[in-house]
Parts: sequence; C-alpha cells; structure tokens
Amino acid sequence: MSQQHLSPLRVPLVTEARTLGQLTEEICAPMERAPTWKWWAAFAIAVSILGTGAGIVAYQIGTGIGVWGLNKTVGWAFDITNFVFWVGIGHAGTLISAILFLFRQKWRTSINRAAEAMTLFAVMCAALFPVIHMGRPWLAFWVLPYPNSRGSLWVNFRSPLLWDVFAISTYFTISAVFWYVGLIPDLATVRDRAKAGLRKAIFRVLSLGWTGSHRTWSRYETVYMLLAGLAAPLVLSVHTIVSMDFATSVIPGWHTTIFPPYFVAGAVFSGFAMVLTLMIITRVVLGYEHLITIRHLENMTKVIIVTGGIVSLAYGTEVFIAWYSGNPYERFAFLNRAFGPYAWAYWTMVTCNVVSPHLFWFKKVRTSPAAIFVLSLVINVGMWFERFVIIVTSLHRDFLPSSWSMYTPTMVEVGTFIGTFGLFFTLFLLFVRVLPIISIGEVKSVLGFARPPGEAPAALPRRPEHPASESPAPEPLAVPGLALASRKDVPV
Amino acid sequence: MSAPVLVGYFDSEEKVLDATRAVREAGYTLDDVYTPYAVHGLDDAMGLKPSRLTWVCFGAGLLGCTLAMSLQLYTSVVSWPLNVGGKPFNSFPAFIPVTFELTVLFAGLFSVAAFLVRAKLFPGSRRRALPRVTDDRFAITVAPRDAGPELAAAEELLVRHGAVATSRMEVAS
Repeated sequence: MSQQHLSPLRVPLVTEARTLGQLTEEICAPMERAPTWKWWAAFAIAVSILGTGAGIVAYQIGTGIGVWGLNKTVGWAFDITNFVFWVGIGHAGTLISAILFLFRQKWRTSINRAAEAMTLFAVMCAALFPVIHMGRPWLAFWVLPYPNSRGSLWVNFRSPLLWDVFAISTYFTISAVFWYVGLIPDLATVRDRAKAGLRKAIFRVLSLGWTGSHRTWSRYETVYMLLAGLAAPLVLSVHTIVSMDFATSVIPGWHTTIFPPYFVAGAVFSGFAMVLTLMIITRVVLGYEHLITIRHLENMTKVIIVTGGIVSLAYGTEVFIAWYSGNPYERFAFLNRAFGPYAWAYWTMVTCNVVSPHLFWFKKVRTSPAAIFVLSLVINVGMWFERFVIIVTSLHRDFLPSSWSMYTPTMVEVGTFIGTFGLFFTLFLLFVRVLPIISIGEVKSVLGFARPPGEAPAALPRRPEHPASESPAPEPLAVPGLALASRKDVPV
Repeated sequence: MSAPVLVGYFDSEEKVLDATRAVREAGYTLDDVYTPYAVHGLDDAMGLKPSRLTWVCFGAGLLGCTLAMSLQLYTSVVSWPLNVGGKPFNSFPAFIPVTFELTVLFAGLFSVAAFLVRAKLFPGSRRRALPRVTDDRFAITVAPRDAGPELAAAEELLVRHGAVATSRMEVAS
C-alpha cells in the first residue's frame, strides 16, 4: 500500500527503490542461473554429512539400539534431546508466518517463506529420532489407531507419546499446506517467466493454473488468514505436548507445571536464532540486503530478547520452586543439575541462554550481522544443552541411589545428530535453488510501504538473457477459448 | 457466437483501483481484475462479498473434533476398556490434545481443498495468465454487452483512467 501521508515513524521495508518488475527479477534470479561454486561446495559438504548420517542410521537399525549409550537408568537421552531441539527450531517459522501475520507485522514478508521452509525441514529432522528410537522403525505404523487383527488392540490415547504423534504429524501437514498455499502465486510468476520446456511444464502443474484473478486473490487471502489462525494455536500446542512427554511423569525436574509455556518460549527462542543464522548467510550470498534488511534482523533479535527473558525467568522459577516446595527430591535434582557431574552442561546452558541474549540490548550488537550471527549460534548451542540438561540430569540420579548412573553418547548417536544437520542443510540448499525463497507477491504488496508514490526506482544490473527484464507491450494471448481480435497499444 | 472482451493494462495499484471503480460506476460489466499481488481495497472496488470459506473451516473443525472425540471414546470405553489402576475408562482430559490436533488438521485441509475447488485451481489446469500480470502489470477485463460503440467507450474510459495498453479479445460463448 502506498502511503499518501508518510509518517516519519515508518521506515521502508524494502530499503532500495525498486519497481515491481525489478523485484520479480531479483527474487527469481537465483533459481534461473546456474549454481555458483559456493553453492556446489556447500551442497557437497551437506550431502556428505547426510550420507554419513544415513550410513550410521542404517548401521544402528541393522544392529539395534544397543549401539547407543543408553542404560537402564538413562533410557532417554540423545534421541529425545535432538527431537525436542529440532521441533523447537521449527517453531520460529510458524511464528513468523502465522502469528506475525495475525498481528499484521508487515516486516514478516521477506522472511516468512524461508522460515516456513526451515520449519518443514526441521520437523523432518525431528521426526527421524522417534522413528529410529523405536528400534524397529518398519513397525512405526503401529502408533496409528487403525482396526487391526491384534484383538483390535488400540493405541493408548492417554499417553503423551501418542499425543506427540498426532501433534507432530498435524504440525507437519498444516505447515506444508500453509507453505504451499503461500507459494502458489509465486509459482505462477516463475511459470510465466520460464521459457517453454521442462521448467515451464513443472511449474505449470505446480501453480495449479493460477491467473492472478482478484476473485481468486480475495479467497486466497481468506484461506491464508484461516490457516494462520489455525497454525497459531497449533504451534503453541505442539511444544506444549512435547513438554508433556516430561511434565506428565513423576521424575523430579520433569514433574513441573511450568513446562508447557517454558518449552514454547524456548522453542521460539532457538527457532529465531536458527532463522537468523540462515538469513544472515542467505542475504549476503544472494545479495538480498535491501530485502532482508538490518531492521528485519533487529526485529528478530528483539523477539530473542523477549523469549530469552521468558526462558531465564523459567529457569529461575524452577530453581525457586524446587527450594520453596520443600520436596527433597526436587531440591536434589536442581542442586545436582548445577553442581553435579553434569554441571558443565548446566552452566553452558545458563551462559548461552541467560547471559548472551542480553548483549542484544545494545543497538550496536543488534544491528551488526556478524555479531548477531555469532550470538545466534551461541543460542542454538545453549538451547541444545537446555534439552540435554533437562533430560539427562533428571534421569541419571532419580529416587534410588542404587540405580544412579552416568550417560555418555556414543559415536553413533553423535553421528546421527550431525547427520540430521546434513539433511537440514541439504534440503535448505535445494530449496534455495528451486523455489523463490522470498515471497514475491507479499514483498510487492509492501513495496510502497512508507515511500512517496512514484519514487524513481534504482537501476538494476541488467541481465540481457532474461526476456522479462525488458518491458514489451502486452503480447497476444494464447488462451483456450480466447482469440485475439485486435490490439491497440496506447503510448505510455 | 462470440462475445468481445476488453482488457486494459495498468502499471500501478492506485490506477487499477481507480479504474475498477470507474468501470463499475459507468455501469459496464466488470469481468475480473488481474493483479500480481493481493491489492487491498479491490474487494470493495469490485463489489465482492466476503468469502464463505470461513464456514467450511468451522464445519470441518467441528467434524474433526467430533470424529477425534468419538474415536477416543469408542476405543477406550467401548472397544477395549483397559483397567489401569482403577482409573476411569473415559479419561476425558487426556483426550483433549488429540482432539485439538485433529480439529486443526480437518479445518486446515478442508479449507484449502474448498478454496482450490471454488477457485478452480488444480494440477494440469490449462488456464494461462494474461501477459505480465504475474509480474508487474494489473489488468481489468470488461465484458460490454455489444461489440460496437459501448466497447469503444469502455476502452476510452480505461485509457482515461491510466491504462498503459488495451486489447480486445473474442471469447467463445
């Protein structure tokens, strides 16, 4: 929307003046040129890690879960830690795409597509862990409630682990649909730019015959809002249910009512850190500094300050309640976290999650991509350790001192975890190559935001191989049922 | 028998909004407006009613909720009641999470399906977009009642409201 009355408080979202055509050109360019050597190098590394991870997973499925470092006391460790970590990473994408949409935050337009893609890939990585940890993943369908010949033995609907199955699968499905619906208009744009051939054929199928008709746009906006409205409570419910895997048990350190909001805040915290990590690389490599601006990064760091604050408060509350409850087991669990054999993990978590986000109070740090990048990695490490601390330190010394033990991950577990990073980055790199990573239609709609109408666009480096960069008069149509009678070009 | 259709191309959302209003005020039959992004205010300018898809969403949500609750009650109370420490078979609070998830799943999937059906979007669709409307052009299609003077008048009106180009098409009716 172009603003007739420009408020000095409003800053343009796209920091360089661009025409609509130039925007299309810029966002479609990475898909239409051959990949650079940098992309190939990154892709080669990601695929090798993925391949190694796949080999390790094949080995542990062939051999059995005995290759993990679990024991009778610590029956859950790396698998669930990584599962919760990856699901958490995924939550920022839905928060950006759905919750910011409902709050009418226009700055989401440049980052929502990539963040949603990240959500899908992160949930795929997450879903691997529960499936692998079943030990017999080919029987994974047993978690579905279908009439069977085992006396019609149904699944246990009272189990949080089953709630997880429903939550994660619903979350993945709705995220995928939301992402695809958002993509349809852009797929049509790519289709119309493509020369005849395989690319055009593929995008013709994918874009479902989108013509840009406003009657369709109007319905599309409605559906998009409905999906956002559904995804917003969904994203909160998913991590709530993940936290209930722990909170509904009786283990000291797990048996807490604060878990659901605490986990959701932690998920958004780590998710935004991962979005920042990826966006900072992407904007530099693809030259999108004027689309994914410093202001976008700054806004995300502000979300990190808030969620980091909530997480810190939750840590404090847990410790306080452990003391205040007077429950000796609960007290011991928290003393053991802070001063026991895993104290190094606990203090790593506190340093990364409680201390480091406060650097974002300084505008210099908030507006420096290099500093944000480093801090986002620090926060990701911290959030991984948070899950590890919650899971392992609570389990390894529970009620009976006779069953206390220690847990150390084996190379297989570490390899599987690193392998999921390979999967995540492989998928992300492919996504950057084959789909528009910024929502073209949505950025176009905020192009005029806080800009005087008719501002002269900046010149773009012209790439003559792109026919769309010229501006021809409308061509004759080849629409079934439409035949061009005459055309009259009016001088512009 | 074929009916003439007039297409006017515009290069900014303000002009297309203005021209859309003008076409309707002049009493021509506005066929549709094609835009590269969702232009706010066009619904009013075209006189479109709010979409009824929200009702589909609501109904599907109710259906998902009912099915989920019924399935859980049937499996836990009727089909295979398991006595676990004397706890009630109908452990209603524990059924809420799955019920919620399935409500959202049904509502989401049905809404999108209804949208695709209603907007006639499907893989393999043969429809083509007008030139450049998925890039940087806005187009208004007008279907006057006769191919003669009225068409020319409508064309003149579009140009007056800032059309950068116009074209006439024959639509087999």
